[in-house]
Amino acid sequence: MIKLLSQRLLGPVTLLALAATLWMGLVVTPPDKVQGDLARLVYVHPALAWVALYLSFGTATIASGLYLWKRTRSMVMDRVAHSAMEVSLVFIVLTLITGSIWGRPTWGVWWAWDARLTSTAILGVLALGYLALRRANDDPTLRARRSAVLAILAAINVPIIHFSVQWWKTLHQGATVFTASRTLLIHGSMAWTLLLSFVAFTMLFFWLLRARYRLEVQRERTSGQSLRDALEERRREGAF
Amino acid sequence: MIRTALLVAGKDLRIELRSRVLLWQVVPFGVMALLLSGLALGPANAGHSSAGPGLFYLVVLLVALLMINRSQAVESTPGTRSSVATLGLDPAGVFLGKALALATELWLTGLVLLAGAVLFLHTALHGALVALPSIVVTLAALAAAGTLYGALTAGGGGAATLLPVLALPAFAPLLIAGERSFSAALGGGALWEWWVIIAVALAAYLAIGILLYGVLEES
Repeated sequence: MIKLLSQRLLGPVTLLALAATLWMGLVVTPPDKVQGDLARLVYVHPALAWVALYLSFGTATIASGLYLWKRTRSMVMDRVAHSAMEVSLVFIVLTLITGSIWGRPTWGVWWAWDARLTSTAILGVLALGYLALRRANDDPTLRARRSAVLAILAAINVPIIHFSVQWWKTLHQGATVFTASRTLLIHGSMAWTLLLSFVAFTMLFFWLLRARYRLEVQRERTSGQSLRDALEERRREGAF
Repeated sequence: MIRTALLVAGKDLRIELRSRVLLWQVVPFGVMALLLSGLALGPANAGHSSAGPGLFYLVVLLVALLMINRSQAVESTPGTRSSVATLGLDPAGVFLGKALALATELWLTGLVLLAGAVLFLHTALHGALVALPSIVVTLAALAAAGTLYGALTAGGGGAATLLPVLALPAFAPLLIAGERSFSAALGGGALWEWWVIIAVALAAYLAIGILLYGVLEES
């Protein structure tokens, strides 16, 4: 019952949360003192980055690790990793686009050779490479093993992205929500909207992951089915 | 593990020595790429450009891609991979051996390209010699990462085109760190922070290779 409710409710609740984020971000919250309306991108961009870099990529890496570990090896882990990586790629692209929209009026350019921007773009190419590797191997076991190793190799880039603003002098700002001493920098409706955006995009991730996973299961089923149909057809041809 | 590594490295290097592909194909390609880089800058700028370290590492990356493909191709003959698998060799040793052979080839080619950078791009000889230890470690890290990525793409559809797509983004931090340490050596700046990045990358790729190469060999 709970499972059925969560399956039925996840989509509508996600849409409601996203709509509420949009309403609070555009109507309820005031414009920023310095950046004006441009600061409203803070209700989208950090939440997108959270899903892209940590939630999706983290899920793909953990599922890949679990696939490689003999005790937990199953095609379920491979499907989860694949689905999470696809969702991650979409969110990485959205993160870069929203960052670029903010960067043009703020920095004067659509793209800057900044450590965080560049390392995030590299992670996007790695995610693309992961999907290309999967397409290059037809054998499901070979595909699963190779892509699991690649996901773990690619994950090395995530801490580099996270700490890039500390390790190098970057245009990209450092910690925005909390200071180093854990003091909140955003207050009132702005803080609540930011929090809501993180919740909404996290729910969106789980919704998309679930949908992509189900699609993958159905694709595997139909590809097996078409092979069985083809074999059956050949047998019938042989009978004549 | 070390014995297996030396055996595999010896085998790969002997194949390279007999086929002379490195000498007659890879090194000339690298020198040509270095010359073309100079021409791309323009004859007036190539002689006194600060782009020498960057161009050196860019050419090294191109050459490394050829070498990685070559390193995997020596085992692409039907039956070779499965024969090696049935020998029961320690996969960690096989990984280290292949990485060592690739690193040796990269070191030799790197020396020729460094001489080319001094000659064609007028990179200061003293700076190049100071940068030599960091180049050696960067190329070793490239070899370790390249061996892993080579094994990932070996035998798959479109392996030759898939390798650059997968490996170049992973090589980017090594390219940056290598170029910065080379530039610091030329300019007399601090080297240690780039050394740390290169050393950490080398250790990470070696650790992942030792742990996971067996999985790739199994497949």
